[in-house]
Amino acid sequence: MSSNKKYWKSVEELNGDSAVVEAIKNKEFVEEIPTDEFLGNKPSLEDSSTSRRDFLKFVGFSTAAASLAACEGPVMKSIPYVVQPERIIPGVANYYATTMADGFDFASVLVKTREGRPIKVEPNDLSKRGSNARVQASVLSLYDNKRLRRPEISGEPVTWDRFDDELRQRLGGVSGSIVILTNTMASPSTNRLVREFSNRYSNVRHIVYDAVSEDAALDAFQARYGTRALPDYDFSRAQTIVSVGADFLGDWQGGGYDAGYARGRVPANGQMSRHIQFESNMSLTGSNADKRVPILPSEQRQVLAALYNYIVGGSSTSTIENARLDDAVVKAANQLRRAGRRGVVVTGIQDADAQSLALAINEALSSEVIDTENPRMVRQGNNAQVQQLVQDMNSGRVGALLMAGVNPVYSLPNASEFVEGLGNVDLTVDFTMKKDETAKQVEFLGATPHYLESWGDVQFSTRKFGIVQPTIRPLFDTRQFQDSLLSLLGSGQSYYQYIRDTWSGSLPGNWNDAVHDGVFEASAPAGSEPLTLGGSTRVNSDSVAARNLGQPAEGTGFQLELYTSTALGDGQQANNPWLQELPDPITRASWDNYLKMSRFDAEELGIKNTNTSDGALNGSYVNITLGDTVIEKVPVFIQPGQVRGAVSLALGYGRKEAIQKEMQVGVNAYPLYKDFKSVQNVQIEKTSGEHEFACLQLHTTLMGRDDVIKETTLEIFNTKDVEYWNKIPVVSLDHIETPVDSPDADLWEGFDRSVGHHFKMSIDLNACTGCGACVIACHAENNVPVVGKQEVRKYRDMHWLRIDRYYSSEETFAQDGEKKDAMSGLGDALTQFGEMEEANDNPQVVFQPMLCQHCNHAPCETVCPVAATMHGNQGQNQMIYNRCVGTRYCANNCPYKVRRFNWFRYNKNDEFDYTMNNDLGRMVLNPDVTVRSRGVMEKCSMCIQMTQKTILDAKREGRATSGDEFKTACSIACDKGAIEFGDVNDETSVVAQREKDARKYHTLEYLGTKPNVMYQTKVRNTTEA
Amino acid sequence: MKKVKYRHPVARFVFSVSIFLSFSTLIFAQTASTDEGGTVQEETVQGPQEGAGGGDTSNGKALFNSQCAACHKLDGNSIGPPLRGISEKRDTEWLHAWIKNSSALIAAGDETAVEIYEEYNRVAMPPFPQLSEQDIDDILAYVDQPKAAPQAQAGGDAVAGAPGTGGGGVSTNIVLAILAFVLLMLAVILVLVNKTLRRFAAASGVELPEKPKTKPIYKSFVENQFLVIVSSVILLLVGAYFAYGWMMQIGVDQGYQPIQPIHFSHKIHAGDNQIDCQMCHTSARNSQTSGIPSLNTCMNCHQSISEVAESTATEEYSKAFYDGEIQKLYHAVGWDQASQSYTGETEPVKWVRIHNLPDFAVFNHSQHVEVGGISCQTCHGPVEEMEIMYQDAPLTMGWCVECHRETNVRMAGNEYYEKIHEELSKKYGVEELTVAQMGGLECAKCHY
Repeated sequence: MSSNKKYWKSVEELNGDSAVVEAIKNKEFVEEIPTDEFLGNKPSLEDSSTSRRDFLKFVGFSTAAASLAACEGPVMKSIPYVVQPERIIPGVANYYATTMADGFDFASVLVKTREGRPIKVEPNDLSKRGSNARVQASVLSLYDNKRLRRPEISGEPVTWDRFDDELRQRLGGVSGSIVILTNTMASPSTNRLVREFSNRYSNVRHIVYDAVSEDAALDAFQARYGTRALPDYDFSRAQTIVSVGADFLGDWQGGGYDAGYARGRVPANGQMSRHIQFESNMSLTGSNADKRVPILPSEQRQVLAALYNYIVGGSSTSTIENARLDDAVVKAANQLRRAGRRGVVVTGIQDADAQSLALAINEALSSEVIDTENPRMVRQGNNAQVQQLVQDMNSGRVGALLMAGVNPVYSLPNASEFVEGLGNVDLTVDFTMKKDETAKQVEFLGATPHYLESWGDVQFSTRKFGIVQPTIRPLFDTRQFQDSLLSLLGSGQSYYQYIRDTWSGSLPGNWNDAVHDGVFEASAPAGSEPLTLGGSTRVNSDSVAARNLGQPAEGTGFQLELYTSTALGDGQQANNPWLQELPDPITRASWDNYLKMSRFDAEELGIKNTNTSDGALNGSYVNITLGDTVIEKVPVFIQPGQVRGAVSLALGYGRKEAIQKEMQVGVNAYPLYKDFKSVQNVQIEKTSGEHEFACLQLHTTLMGRDDVIKETTLEIFNTKDVEYWNKIPVVSLDHIETPVDSPDADLWEGFDRSVGHHFKMSIDLNACTGCGACVIACHAENNVPVVGKQEVRKYRDMHWLRIDRYYSSEETFAQDGEKKDAMSGLGDALTQFGEMEEANDNPQVVFQPMLCQHCNHAPCETVCPVAATMHGNQGQNQMIYNRCVGTRYCANNCPYKVRRFNWFRYNKNDEFDYTMNNDLGRMVLNPDVTVRSRGVMEKCSMCIQMTQKTILDAKREGRATSGDEFKTACSIACDKGAIEFGDVNDETSVVAQREKDARKYHTLEYLGTKPNVMYQTKVRNTTEA
Repeated sequence: MKKVKYRHPVARFVFSVSIFLSFSTLIFAQTASTDEGGTVQEETVQGPQEGAGGGDTSNGKALFNSQCAACHKLDGNSIGPPLRGISEKRDTEWLHAWIKNSSALIAAGDETAVEIYEEYNRVAMPPFPQLSEQDIDDILAYVDQPKAAPQAQAGGDAVAGAPGTGGGGVSTNIVLAILAFVLLMLAVILVLVNKTLRRFAAASGVELPEKPKTKPIYKSFVENQFLVIVSSVILLLVGAYFAYGWMMQIGVDQGYQPIQPIHFSHKIHAGDNQIDCQMCHTSARNSQTSGIPSLNTCMNCHQSISEVAESTATEEYSKAFYDGEIQKLYHAVGWDQASQSYTGETEPVKWVRIHNLPDFAVFNHSQHVEVGGISCQTCHGPVEEMEIMYQDAPLTMGWCVECHRETNVRMAGNEYYEKIHEELSKKYGVEELTVAQMGGLECAKCHY
């Protein structure tokens, strides 16, 4: 019998006619849910007769319609010029010579423009000065989204007319002195203009401020030779180079010395230069040296004093207590003496005494490497005047401050004093490209154009000049600083006319030639001397200087050395993602600055660098204390070769204003740059937390694998057979050892490559200094995307060309090889291989530009399931994006690890908010190269768009090509001649010669991949005394 | 890979049906237009005729077209004033002096001369010492002819406006309609006869033999498993064939003929007036792109050509229409016809791009045009016949590759090819080398 139980959920249900129970029966909810209200616009929703079903119908219909419509191509518009400019042919690039001079980098360049857009910066061959990575990347700074777009007064955008009116009015009524604070402009016309300005307004001072100062060297040179300038060096003439803390392959004294240095490093006629480096920080220069002696900055002073005493003073003893170091100095002195006129000593110690002694030594050697007749004018900063200015501002003696090209609120060590002082100045004006730290603090903001939009003239050295010419109309409502000065003077002239006036009669040829070439030799036009010369003309006598330097160091704690990084320099281009992603040549870390420390110090402080399971690098943080200044949370990077007791930190990072969030990386080291001294005694303490580095190569060594890098010494190179130092690997063929390049040892049927073009590239490891210019050039030419710090950390960088850096485990690579060969048995292997992974405390370093090797027997080609990568007749390994389905087998099978996979779509993607994600940044894209999409593989194409263009030009002109006519972006960018490219089927070409060179080898040659990229064995000049 | 040519099967069917249905109209339209062409021609071909001033108007016309037309029109302003009926306005002697050497007249301070000089933007008319007195008289005779009333045009319009009347014989439409009607009538009669006969049979008691009820054909088909399988396989294959064909045409825009902001007729320019393609598409010789001509290129000619000739107008596009299109150009380029000067207010023309290669494919015009000597029509089709431009070639990779396989490289006289020709012709044992043999099929020659 069924039960009559009544189940109930609430007492209410027992009540027979409850309204609530009734309501619930009919509806799901007791009360209506106010969907219409929270959707907003209730009345119109109620009016609408669209039901939910209708809505779904619409959705269905529109989805179907959209997918149908997607089958049709989009309508594309083609908009021609109304009046086509004479010199522009759509699709054909124009080149203009101009000069980059931002106060830190000075370079004569060629700018490639397409349809009026500058898209690439290349070195100008007419000038002997090369162009570094920052110069190459400067084209992207033109299209910087964070640029100041129009003039402002007190934060309000105004027109230039109003800006001029108000500024003129305010300048007229100013009390106190008018100070013009600029970076080193080295511009004769600007100097003349400032002089004219000072005639009009009384009490004008022009103070030049370099963020990274070379004041000491300028003082020393001025005292000795009378001109406030820097000596020029031609390292290609040097036989012995002794550098005491001078990073002359970096930014030392204006940089640009690496091309000459590299020429002297390539062994010719059995000779090459010998380079001895005394330094504390592992610098680019130190890593290229034949002999690197790691010493503390305080010891560097003693070394220089000792060198002076040995060479000039004729003494035979020194004050150096460390016998091993003294021995190194004695040997260096002997070699210098032997080299005589072809010896040179350079120093980076920021002390007039030290700089003076270096000049004295070079004088004593009567060195022909140093040129004091035609000194460089690219650094003019005067620290004393800058400090005086800060004092004057605070005491209210400055009535008006006009700044151009400087950012003292960021880069002055005593920035807070400067900001206070600004409050006491009636009229503050900043002519700037960015609303940076300083611009935020001033009243009048004059938006200035990029150098690619400007006119100008630059004095490189006493006799060498360059012209700046615009390559594009100003993108924004900007005006040059000089045009503003002219406007304040009430002159109707443009700065362009003014420059022409300055040079009328002083040019060696005509004006058009000067603009066309970009560089010329002349003497400075009349009236173009700087307004305020300044500088001290009195320095200590050499003997006093030597005594001062010889004193043991005072101070406790760590000796901190501040340096400028290869990527960012003084930090002006910090908002340039190409530079942020350029790995440091030594640490291979990008998107950061960090405190470099030796492993001994790190162990003592309990600081660790660890690797996560995916190979990414993490590091501890420290606080750095210098007097009252504390820099918090500085990540530490344990650097092989860093001397114990000294740490190094790069300037130029940690900017926050007018910088995209992603690029606000690193810490600002300028507050530690007290009194413009690059060496400071600091206290360091470990703090909590772990920093995530974006480091592309770890610090394990080459483990004696000489198939990757081949190197030898000059002695062996000169005396032994090539078989001894550059042996072609052998494989066993029918139990007979056969060279791997023999056709018998080949599994494959080779193509006939004697017909037509056959492109090859040669990379000379002796000439490569690791500067990274080629990496940026490749970025610009091939539309290589920027992926950002987090992706780089996952090793997903997209660089088609990278520069690998290898350390040795023993003192030299040769010893590594010996150790490896001497190992026998499992016991040795277990213990010693582990040891060999660790880099030496003073390792030998070698740089190897690594790009697709374009193997004739390419392992990638055989594994592609869709034949998206295949070989061309001309030697290129071709990558076809539209065929690639992204299996990544090829990358897996590539022994050189040069293939890059597009894990994401890097263009028009907010997740990768770099150049390719805004209309301005996309203007830098090269229209000749496809922008790759997500899911395809890409890699070096050997710039096939450039070789194809050269071929087409020859066809159109009806002439044969020459082998050296062919270029790639990297071979153009390399002013050192390390990268040579060409057609080997032309016997006369450089690559054809390089192929026959005894130093030629292929990386991992034993694999038999037959690469079309060859390397030239690195030779070191280890000959002591 | 073979390409299925059968595109849009349904659309094709509809299209062919509609063509069939409209066939008769088309035929009639053609007849009408020939008629009109005939009359127009009659108007233009006129024999030598003595003008009012005793000059030879045909010689005058030839001289006017060769010497004067660059700056003058018969009616309407150009660089110089309109010339129709000029002898009525000015003294003949003065005209002779002016034409021989206008600057001298101006320099001499002739009032009329200076006035005209000032009025026409101080652009001096070049002297024509080569014209004889008789030549000048001929020209004056020609320009003094009164404007011909456009009677013929009106007549043409009338003819075109009344289709169905006139023309040669009975319209096909009507014939067809009659035939269809007859057919319909026959069918109706048949049905009626059948019905009547059955009724008679029923009335007269005749027993019509019943057909034995057999299995319906579809049932026997369904029961035959073999037939079902075979036919569904065939159905699937056919379906796949058409599906493949349909999918292969995605992104292929052969025949793409968008409406352009200005109705630019390649037929008039390249066809009727025989202007060379590269006269306007100049960068085809030295750049990868052929280049859409900038508007100043148009103005090189259109500064003086502000209207089309009567004979240019077709039935479809009237003279007024073409003149309107030229006005669009003037508007875009900022040309003020009245003052014969540029206003500086420009508005770039946004042409719709017809030939769109995907971004990953590189095509270089100068390689093909300048080096290869390929004529534009090889890829762009009969442009000189296109009233409205369209994409003639499919622009697919297969189409490119096919041509690269068959076309011989033009090597003669080009020093670049000397060495490679020698080596390759030895290797392949042929004198002429195709693009493919030169490596023109390698992927990265077009994809990078």
